[in-house]
Amino acid sequence: MSELSVPHLLGIKYINEADIQLIFETADHFKEVINRPIKKVPSLRDITIANLFFENSTRTRLSFELAEKRLSADVVNFSAAQSSVKKGETLIDTVNNILSMKVDMVVMRHPNPGAGVFLSKNVKASIVNAGDGAHEHPTQALLDSYSIREKLGDVAGKNVVIVGDILHSRVALSNIYALQLQGANVKVCGPKTLIPKYITSLGVEVETNLQKAIEWCDVANMLRIQNERLDISYFPSTREYVQQYGLTKAMLDRLDKKIVVMHPGPINRGVEITSDVADSEQAIILDQVENGVAIRMAVIYLLASKIK
Amino acid sequence: MSQKVLLSSKEINVILHRLACQLIENHLDFNDTVLVGIQQGGVFLADRLAKMLSEMYDIHNLKVGYLDITFYRDDFRRSGKPLEANSTKIDFLVDDKNVVFIDDVLYTGRSIRAALTAIQSFGRPKNVELLTLIDRRFSRHLPIQPTYRGRQVDVINQEKVIVHWEENNGEDAIYLVNR
Repeated sequence: MSELSVPHLLGIKYINEADIQLIFETADHFKEVINRPIKKVPSLRDITIANLFFENSTRTRLSFELAEKRLSADVVNFSAAQSSVKKGETLIDTVNNILSMKVDMVVMRHPNPGAGVFLSKNVKASIVNAGDGAHEHPTQALLDSYSIREKLGDVAGKNVVIVGDILHSRVALSNIYALQLQGANVKVCGPKTLIPKYITSLGVEVETNLQKAIEWCDVANMLRIQNERLDISYFPSTREYVQQYGLTKAMLDRLDKKIVVMHPGPINRGVEITSDVADSEQAIILDQVENGVAIRMAVIYLLASKIK
Repeated sequence: MSQKVLLSSKEINVILHRLACQLIENHLDFNDTVLVGIQQGGVFLADRLAKMLSEMYDIHNLKVGYLDITFYRDDFRRSGKPLEANSTKIDFLVDDKNVVFIDDVLYTGRSIRAALTAIQSFGRPKNVELLTLIDRRFSRHLPIQPTYRGRQVDVINQEKVIVHWEENNGEDAIYLVNR
């Protein structure tokens, strides 16, 4: 019987291909569970999980909470907006206070890159990174690959282009690691100002022309323009960005193949993709959300089995 | 390690016919009855019985499902390694149905306890019966007994019952192995 090679899920960088396959196989079973009339199993009834969100999130937080509840874990939620963090408490103190209440696992989103790694070295609990700044968002990358595997049968050998704001995106970095581990070819596409200088050292190619990128790819993962993170102007105007990097139905229809369109959400309709693309049968955006719960159940289940 | 044959292929065949007839006796045309094989060993037995019922006893439209109990077990995190799941395939509701659990070996009864919880996810059965090929007497941890039993055996705890199916291991045979 196999188990994960790590006690925490801090990023895709820290896991291997066998871990990914184990998570996918376990997620297959949970996907069946969440499609039952009663979508709950009692596996983790003795586990307590704290969801610590130091940054806003709707989908990831709901997805984690549902995953935890469907495994019958006890759940406590914490968001920085209504907490003592505002009163000056440090991260370790906050978390240790929560752990004193006998919490076994921490799911954390934090604006600072490396917050999960830091925490894993300083507190006694299993840590799941739900996004740390512009660093990693491992469960999103896992559910993205899982959705590709579900739609196309396999990830290996597929051409995947990640389009948009690569510079500020934790989804992009985790996706690059995950896709490469599974043997996919990855390109990134976007305005040069939003592509990190050293991205090619990861073995990905840079394409600045969206038309060329979608002609090459089997899957296009369209990232959101994160206006809240754009501290300076990276492109002249949203209108110009849309003209160059917005995916339209007409562009898809001109291709002689049907590519898969993904988006991690939330969508800015009419910016990264038009409404008719988001609602087309080529888009698997809502499948990604459904798979997110199954993937998070698998990750939590496998990590919980390592807690002694 | 020593090994002896508990049941041969011929004996298994005779027992399967008897069990099939006992099921018919209680369920007649199986209109309101579903067979549920417990992963993993029970699945081969359930398939075999279903095939026998349709080919030799003219029972058609029999509903057969597979139930995996991994996520319902009471020894999660006690065994050291994660429990690996098998697939569940129940594409019908069990509301107001007679459910017959089918398992190869009944030992402590804990799997059946887990199966009783698991089946609730698919509705509220009218009643639940248990069919088992081998019933290990004197080793129960819970008050659970089979409704239909193939063979009752007295096995001491160091011994293990191993079931081979032609579909899986190339032969039908049941062995008693001394570890």
